[in-house]
Amino acid sequence: MKRIMLLIVIMMTLQQFVNAQTKYFTKNGKITFFSKASLENIEALNKSVTAVLDTKSGNIQFAVLMKGFEFEKALMQEHFNENYLESHKYPKAIFKGEVLNNSSIDYAKNGTYKAKVKGTLTIHGESQPVETEGNIVVNGNQLKTDANFTVALADYKITIPKIVKNNIAKVVSIQVACLLEPLQ
Amino acid sequence: MKNLHRIYFVICMLSISFVGNAQEEDLLSLVGTEEKPKKEFVNYAFKSSRVIMSHSMEVIRPGVMDFRILHRFGNVNKGLSELFGLDNATMRMGFDFGLAKNLMIGVGRSTNKKELDGFAKYRIIHQSKGPKSLPFSVLLVGGTSLSTLKITDTTQKEYFTSRMGFYGQLILGSKLSESISLQVMPTVVHRNLVPTVDDPNDLFAIGAGARIKLSNRVSMNVDYYYRINPNPIDGTQNPLSIGFDIETGGHVFQLHFTNAIGMNEKVFLLETTNRWGKGDIQFGFNISRSFQIGKKKH
Repeated sequence: MKRIMLLIVIMMTLQQFVNAQTKYFTKNGKITFFSKASLENIEALNKSVTAVLDTKSGNIQFAVLMKGFEFEKALMQEHFNENYLESHKYPKAIFKGEVLNNSSIDYAKNGTYKAKVKGTLTIHGESQPVETEGNIVVNGNQLKTDANFTVALADYKITIPKIVKNNIAKVVSIQVACLLEPLQ
Repeated sequence: MKNLHRIYFVICMLSISFVGNAQEEDLLSLVGTEEKPKKEFVNYAFKSSRVIMSHSMEVIRPGVMDFRILHRFGNVNKGLSELFGLDNATMRMGFDFGLAKNLMIGVGRSTNKKELDGFAKYRIIHQSKGPKSLPFSVLLVGGTSLSTLKITDTTQKEYFTSRMGFYGQLILGSKLSESISLQVMPTVVHRNLVPTVDDPNDLFAIGAGARIKLSNRVSMNVDYYYRINPNPIDGTQNPLSIGFDIETGGHVFQLHFTNAIGMNEKVFLLETTNRWGKGDIQFGFNISRSFQIGKKKH
């Protein structure tokens, strides 16, 4: 009897260890944003995105430090942090969501899978629902994820003064690309 | 036997704790987005590389050219006939260049005495946050000026060097909070040729500059120098400027009132004759327009 109990307990523990390995993460994912306006295009890249995906539950989360966005022009970077995103007050942007069609993705089999993702994006202290379709490429024990979506600045209370309304787009497009590895 | 029970117990607890983890919503906390704090430099203490007349603790970024146009009008108390001073204007036009993260240079020319000037500013210590940080910045500025006016005094032998002036300045500054920045500037100005025996060749002064941010794009700035050994009889004054920085995308406008007409260190420290107390002040504005001319170095 006691042996059986011991076995069950050990199995449960092992099961949890296995579960723990259903999580994949990265700390150097990439987010690019692109603003296309009549006077100028603005592009910025952040190369230190943190992302975690739990393949069992389909939960997926991203965090990014606003000060880590690098711009072509120093002045753009200054205005991005100082005037628009107020990085000192709101240092991070966070996305928390889930892969809606998680059960149709076979993480054990190499291949490219479409992933519908839905969740809440918090930028500049404002949270908004976001839904998009991206790809998950399973390659051995690595997962490559990418997705595109757009963000309307007004939704996040990022106000653009009239004087620069031809320099900054009202809606910017965001690209996310991460290479996830098993979380030990 | 008792020991075996203990082992069960520990394993059970472990299992439960793992179950607890699996249900944890916050996946990000598993990888610790709160990285161990990194040293982070503090930037944007001032909207531009000048407080109003003085150099600020900011250095423009490498690859950036800052085109600066400075205007000082006539005395406000001249009344309506001179449109409160707007009928008269002197100006300085200059170009500043960011050469490296901590180094910038600039050249300019003022209509006042047709002076050329140039400077180099180097940041020795950059204010930072996090481990091994220092809560202040230290910068060194060296500059020179050259008057290109014709010398009318025919009794004097004319040397090229007698047209020259130099200044050296140490800037100790700190961005105390997001909205308040403060700096002090011990300064020495040297003139190769002085007008009278009462004029010191080396003038020592201590300046103070401050800004208070009123909104993301507007700040109030104050810029003042106390001169330690001025000429006691020529009636020159300590320069004081008070104004607002307004940033509009690519431009920074610095609108201010000042009693200093000069727009380089030698002139505003040694040739300021107007007094705030009498309303002998001028309206002035600086326009700074930044251009990215080189590739940004990360």
